[in-house]
Amino acid sequence: MFYREAGHFKDNYRADMATFPIREDRIGIITLLLIALVAIPLVHLAGIPPFAGDYFFNAILIPFLILAMAAIGLNLLAGYCGQISLGAGAFMGVGAYAAYNIAIRIPEMPLVLTFLLAGAVSALAGLAFGFPSLRIKGLYLAVATLAAQFFLDWAFLRMAWITNYSPSGSVSAPPLVFAGWHADTPVERYLVVLVFTIVVAWGASNLVRGNLGRQWMAIRDMDIAAEIIGIRPIQSKLTAFAISSFVLGLAGALWAFANLRSWEPYAFSIDRSFQLLFIVIIGGLGSIIGCFLGAAFILLLPLIVDAVPRWLSIPVPAGAGSNITLVVFGALILLTLIFEPHGLARIWGIAKHKLRRWPFPY
Amino acid sequence: MSIRITKLSVLLLSAALCLPAAAEAQENGQFIPVVSYRTGPYAPNGIPWADGIVDYLELVNQRDGGINGVKILYEECETGYATDRGVECYERLKNKGPTGAAFINPLSTGITFALTEKTLVDKIPLITAGFGRSESRDGSVFPWNFPLIGTYWTAADVAIQHIAKELGGTDKLNGRKIVLLYHDSPFGKEPMPVLEVLAKKHGFQLTMIPVTSPGVEQKSQWLQIRQLRPDYVVMWGWGVMNPTAIQEAANVNFPRDKMIGFWFAGAEPDVVPAGAQAVGYKALMLQHGAGRARVHDDLDKYVYGKGLGKAKPADTGGVLFNRGMVGVMLGIEGIRTAMAKYGNKPMTGEQVRWGIEHLALDEKRIKELGFEGMISPVKISCADHEGTRTSRIQQWDGKSWNIISDWYTADEAMLAPLLKEAAARYAKEKGITPRDCSKES
Repeated sequence: MFYREAGHFKDNYRADMATFPIREDRIGIITLLLIALVAIPLVHLAGIPPFAGDYFFNAILIPFLILAMAAIGLNLLAGYCGQISLGAGAFMGVGAYAAYNIAIRIPEMPLVLTFLLAGAVSALAGLAFGFPSLRIKGLYLAVATLAAQFFLDWAFLRMAWITNYSPSGSVSAPPLVFAGWHADTPVERYLVVLVFTIVVAWGASNLVRGNLGRQWMAIRDMDIAAEIIGIRPIQSKLTAFAISSFVLGLAGALWAFANLRSWEPYAFSIDRSFQLLFIVIIGGLGSIIGCFLGAAFILLLPLIVDAVPRWLSIPVPAGAGSNITLVVFGALILLTLIFEPHGLARIWGIAKHKLRRWPFPY
Repeated sequence: MSIRITKLSVLLLSAALCLPAAAEAQENGQFIPVVSYRTGPYAPNGIPWADGIVDYLELVNQRDGGINGVKILYEECETGYATDRGVECYERLKNKGPTGAAFINPLSTGITFALTEKTLVDKIPLITAGFGRSESRDGSVFPWNFPLIGTYWTAADVAIQHIAKELGGTDKLNGRKIVLLYHDSPFGKEPMPVLEVLAKKHGFQLTMIPVTSPGVEQKSQWLQIRQLRPDYVVMWGWGVMNPTAIQEAANVNFPRDKMIGFWFAGAEPDVVPAGAQAVGYKALMLQHGAGRARVHDDLDKYVYGKGLGKAKPADTGGVLFNRGMVGVMLGIEGIRTAMAKYGNKPMTGEQVRWGIEHLALDEKRIKELGFEGMISPVKISCADHEGTRTSRIQQWDGKSWNIISDWYTADEAMLAPLLKEAAARYAKEKGITPRDCSKES
């Protein structure tokens, strides 16, 4: 009723190939972007809760956006190209430490360029660890990427120059300055992260619809068939590793510079890799919107489960409360995967489908 | 029917919306956040520590009616020892209460590092009693950091002093082999610069062996130690790493009385799981050890007597429980010092910072507080955010910790230049102009 394609006629290829071919989707996404880019900062300035203080930005929006971006990076590799990776956290770390090193060794470098270079360094690391994927598949590849995780963890702790010879191995990021503009307040940092996330999400959604994305999906669905129809596995697998690591590296640099500000190597440990993999699986393999839904689920659910008794003024002892959070969180993950193994993106897809056929959905 | 349902749902919805608002209706008082962990890999250590903090806050409320009559409001937030959860807790709690958080006191080096930058902007003192960045002792560069009553560098120096004493003098250190077995993280790496300097100075051979977090797998490390046959093993561990190391030491027959844990490797959860194998194991004390003082009697009377206690009454004398109490006591005394200047009302973070920086506890005051014998006198100043550089050694006899040494004082002549250099490096990296401490009042 509100959401119907009937009456939309496309008279050129351009319109047919648009990122959002349905007008309602376009309006929706523009509204969403306006809310994120304009309304949220304005509401913050007006001082209306929950956007009034720093909490919403520092603890929820910034980590959410960066995790969603990192999940897009991993999804390109795992969801679209079918190469399961357990090294996503480490590639984020490569980006973070590369950005840190570039920023302190060449302070004149514009920060955007620093972040892009950090992504490039991470892409190179991804390429290096992507080579085994040419020979091994599936779980064996997952183990090989696990090796990447452990090697890079080791490197962050052991190679002193990576942390600029900091005695304890922890480093802190230089200020976030873009062409003289100091992004100091949480809202400013939120806007920086938002712009990067929008660009990455837009780029990724176009990438996966194009030549490269189709090659990846062909490899994912059946690599021998893909090879027979003329897709070069070396090229497409390695590009998947490189581009995925680039996005992960960029997300890592932002995680370090805009979110943590000072960090130790454990910020990019195997736990981070698992977290990203969970985001991608729960959100939906092979879906860009799924990355956002998954990141919101993983990040917000523990906070909400934790907050509900507080809102209802039910006194729960701190120890019991945190254990309940773990139990409920685990149960919800299990239920989600049992009832919708294709992830939240699939639920989103079904909802959309029903809306389009409303009032007679089937 | 449908109208009734609509009405009902509107009612319920409005009730649901009102509840959080009602719950957040603010009482007047001093808000103190408790960022703790009762779950996750480090929970056995985190639980008694958190109990100590919460019980002491409750004690001050029940016994004295608050700090100089200002009631303490507190809220506990669970981190699971994860840095990002810790940051979330901090962001959630920092503006609570009428004046915001008085200070923040996380028991995690990772969270400390992440908050060092944030507390500076939010103007909230960061108390890290016995841990954190060692160079943050320099208050001219780190105005908001307070590594009270002991830094890792102090601990490293005291550990070597004790080894020298057991061997019969510092000259006996020459040619000896000492192993540093450390948790492979910034916290475990902290003591290295000092141990390296000491190794050069006294001529002992220092071997540093990392243990990957959380430290349940140490076979190869102890094989290496067995081959090396060191005279002493200094252990910088936390959580499950410590009992594992003691068990592995027993497996390779390394004498436990030649192992010296630092003060976060010297509590009951570190030795009890290792059973009889832990007998003889030694550890540094962060001022206090296990055992009861007058404050514990007050706890029994005012907190546990009213059924408000968090721990089992028998556990209130434990090392980590005491550590939680001592850390938060120092913060509260800092608030009290600030109140002497600014009046008896809830203090802001900035006022509390001034208070902690001017905190002075002499023997008499410590006795009044009921902490007699648990800490030595503390005097904080702009140049010295540590306050005291003393420590003792304790030994586990299978049932309890026994103090086996006198007070040691860290060698300031050796530490001061190192600290100055490290703080200057940080200041340069971050573009901080250090305060002039001679001009601070």
